[in-house]
Amino acid sequence: MKSCQKGESKYKKLMEEILLIKHKFKIILVGFITGLTNGLFGAGGGTIVVPAMERILKVEEHESHATAIAVILPLSIMSTFIYTRHQILDWKSIIYVAIGGVGGGILGAKLLCKISPQWLHKIFGLFMIAASIRMILG
Amino acid sequence: MILFIIGLLSGLISGMGIGGGTVLIPALTLFVGMSQHNAQSINLIYFIPTAIAALVIHIRNKRIRKELLWFLIGGGVIGAVIGSFVAVSLDAVFLRRLFGVFLFYMGIKEIRKNKRKIKVNRE
Repeated sequence: MKSCQKGESKYKKLMEEILLIKHKFKIILVGFITGLTNGLFGAGGGTIVVPAMERILKVEEHESHATAIAVILPLSIMSTFIYTRHQILDWKSIIYVAIGGVGGGILGAKLLCKISPQWLHKIFGLFMIAASIRMILG
Repeated sequence: MILFIIGLLSGLISGMGIGGGTVLIPALTLFVGMSQHNAQSINLIYFIPTAIAALVIHIRNKRIRKELLWFLIGGGVIGAVIGSFVAVSLDAVFLRRLFGVFLFYMGIKEIRKNKRKIKVNRE
């Protein structure tokens, strides 16, 4: 009887371990798809990893937005190396865009907890659709 | 000047975690006339200082889930290497159209997300 219980608890432990490994595998898979998209399109990692964290890993919305940036940063550095090895870059344009980007980035992170981005979703959704049609047809 | 404004607007959006790149790349190809590969690499490089600036604030506010970070980055780096090599080997026009399809899907998702959120709020 005692050994039977022991066996049961061992089985339970094993199941828990399997679930934990499964969970870790899921996280790695989410990371992999994020990296693949971000590498292929040079963007869009966040649009994969944020909803995946919210839905699959049950992370709170603001936390998943912040964690997403920490994940995509090393991925973008990796992709940048591969991209820049294959082409000549227009550094002057990059500097202008980056200066604007840093200013906007600080402002955006500060505003994140203060305003609801609901109306932004709609505006950018419409912009994306309009731009995508021009990119496919053009 | 137009490059600075495009950068500022995209930084604002990506700092909020909505995805500034999906705005920056079409803006650079459609308004500035850049090639798809160039626009994508600008977005990648541009993301680095922008993300660092945003991260400083997020770390201060303790919003990063560190226990998830290593697994996500581990899987992510492998994906990033494969995705980047595929991207640089593709033709620019084909890559732009492929990006367009991805963007269209993302745009629809973005608008639907809005509808769902409003519904939840009304309930």
